[in-house]
Amino acid sequence: MSDTLLPLLKKLLSLSGLSAYEAPVREVIAEAWQPLVDELSVSRLGSLHGLRRGQGAEPRRRILLAAHMDAIGMMTTQVVDGLLRFTEIGGIDPRILPGQPVIVHGRRELPGYVVQPADRLLPKALRGKPVPMSHLLVDVGLPADEVAELVRPGDLISFAQPPIELGETVLAGHSQDNRASVTAVTACLQELQHMRHAWDVWAVATAQEEETLGGGFTSPFEIRPDLCVAIDVTFARGPGVSSDQRTFPLGKGVTLGWGPNIHPALFEAFQTLAKQQDIPFHLEVMPRHSGTDAYATQIVAEGIPSIVIGIPLRYMHTPVELVSLKDIRRAGHLLAEFIATLQPDFMNEITWDKANE
Amino acid sequence: MNDIPLLPIIGDAEIALLEKLSNANAVSGDEGEVRAIVLEQVRPLVDEVKVDALGNVLAVRKARQPGALRVMLAAHMDEIGFMLTSDGEDGLFSFALVGGIDERILPGKPVKVGKDHVPGVIGAKPIHLQEEGEDERSIPVDSLKIDLGPGGENKAKKGDRATFATTFQRVGPSLIGKALDNRLGVATIIELLRHAPDSIELIGAFTVQEEIGLRGARVAAYAINPDLAIAIDSTPAYDLPLWDGSENTVYNTRLGAGPAIYLTDSSTLSDPRIIQHLVRSAEAEGIPYQFRQPGGGGTDAGAIHKQRAGIPSVSVSVPGRYAHTPALVVRLEDWQNTLRLLHSALRRLTPDVLAEPRP
Repeated sequence: MSDTLLPLLKKLLSLSGLSAYEAPVREVIAEAWQPLVDELSVSRLGSLHGLRRGQGAEPRRRILLAAHMDAIGMMTTQVVDGLLRFTEIGGIDPRILPGQPVIVHGRRELPGYVVQPADRLLPKALRGKPVPMSHLLVDVGLPADEVAELVRPGDLISFAQPPIELGETVLAGHSQDNRASVTAVTACLQELQHMRHAWDVWAVATAQEEETLGGGFTSPFEIRPDLCVAIDVTFARGPGVSSDQRTFPLGKGVTLGWGPNIHPALFEAFQTLAKQQDIPFHLEVMPRHSGTDAYATQIVAEGIPSIVIGIPLRYMHTPVELVSLKDIRRAGHLLAEFIATLQPDFMNEITWDKANE
Repeated sequence: MNDIPLLPIIGDAEIALLEKLSNANAVSGDEGEVRAIVLEQVRPLVDEVKVDALGNVLAVRKARQPGALRVMLAAHMDEIGFMLTSDGEDGLFSFALVGGIDERILPGKPVKVGKDHVPGVIGAKPIHLQEEGEDERSIPVDSLKIDLGPGGENKAKKGDRATFATTFQRVGPSLIGKALDNRLGVATIIELLRHAPDSIELIGAFTVQEEIGLRGARVAAYAINPDLAIAIDSTPAYDLPLWDGSENTVYNTRLGAGPAIYLTDSSTLSDPRIIQHLVRSAEAEGIPYQFRQPGGGGTDAGAIHKQRAGIPSVSVSVPGRYAHTPALVVRLEDWQNTLRLLHSALRRLTPDVLAEPRP
């Protein structure tokens, strides 16, 4: 089954689907999930909901797996002399932009490049320094009159870097954050085909995480699960990043988040299971905002016990984000094994002070 | 030879050759991949071809009549790029820059390494882990790595060359690719040899190491000892809108305005007689051209014109945006007109041009 994961991930990494405009990637995820779930729907904000019913007696408890599908990118702010000025959607370091291939989603899709004007064309104070986004341009290789007809402010600009295989297990591409996790949820659904599980499973590809956590707030409200698992990427060790507790080796295991966004009893349950199953993992401390959908899911309605599973990723928020397929498979496997252990009375164990009792 | 049209036209075959040249890797000092393509192309077109001590390809197409001028056409085969400088622990290689690369464009780019074009990436620190104001400082090349992934230490070695991984594409009226500086010049000379006029001896010099000091052209010009030389290259078009809406007075050249004739750059004062000959040839055939704004930059002509007792020289370039970055953008019509202009000028070239006194 898992040999379908690499082609799926490569396809997901070849699509746009910027925050609030997720349709291109949503359609492909829906196609991948169709045979694995009982029902598919799309929320009012654009999240994809896949329901896989459990085998327990009704009313069944529900677990929600949230992996955001939206990507960072850019939006046109001005068309001037055939070139485009732009702003960001999601957080982008402008220093990675000059020379990036992009697609401008105008009246038709236009391939182009982000370009850095030569120093002679920049204000004196900026010469020799990193060029801020306000002074970068996009060139689509067309004459000014044609560009004026085809592009207008508000047109999206997505990264066009195709995925690159670095060896057999590592893939580089844009929007690995967080389509690596969408792939992990897919792996989980595949494994569940061959497992018994009492609970209903709601696989959710959330929308708008990079800007507002919009899907992370609204999908749990609509679904009202008993538990939420946010699956997102985390920082892998690599050049320019210190080897402190905030970074993790690439391809050497997933992370389990620990902090205020995470229910300690749920953490305990996952940790125990991962040890039993010999699934390599690292503790990831999240002292404040977890930086994931769990920040939202935890405070939906009357509150939902939540946890974060992290997949280490190198060079986050660049078009060459590196993720190991090994970690994607591990995350999917851990999720499936956890779901299989869930009994109808599991919620009795989920009390905040359980550890102290 | 009758099936070859008199006037060179750039069609699909010519663009396919440029694509092959653009996607090939030839960092200064390691030009073998492009040299192999050039040799394959020129062998059927010329009377003599040799590879000299530095790796320049010198291809001679003799005149078919006596008393002809001997004309050197020079275009460099090499491109800017990188050399790996470490053993690549965990697949992460340190690297040095070869040629003039603005280090501000390096982070977040894919690269190809070595003869097998092993894919890799130059990463960047996540924005989430940066300190306030960190994005206002350049990232020094010493802190960047070429990442070949786990096991990458076995796929490349210290000393290997690398280039940006850009794939050539044709977009509307434009051609976009890496190393079009100066594969455009290389492709242009190949077409001129294919359509060489019988009235002159044409020597194509496909030079090495231009990007690190015009080193190939220097020895090529000595060996060839021509009556005159034309360097064919790519020159920046800085024809972008300014940030504050004011007039751009430092555009150097403009896309779509035709081949750029050099009057003077930082290393050469072009021979005014050849400039005049180019202008007359363009105007006689209605070929658009532009004068590159004087000053700055340089081409192989800088080394050629001071060789031996002096070689009358000029440069003609195809204007291109974003030189020395992953993607150069040029207009097909500018390349076509560069080829037309040079072909016209070569056809019309007689010893009279140089018999005129220098002004």
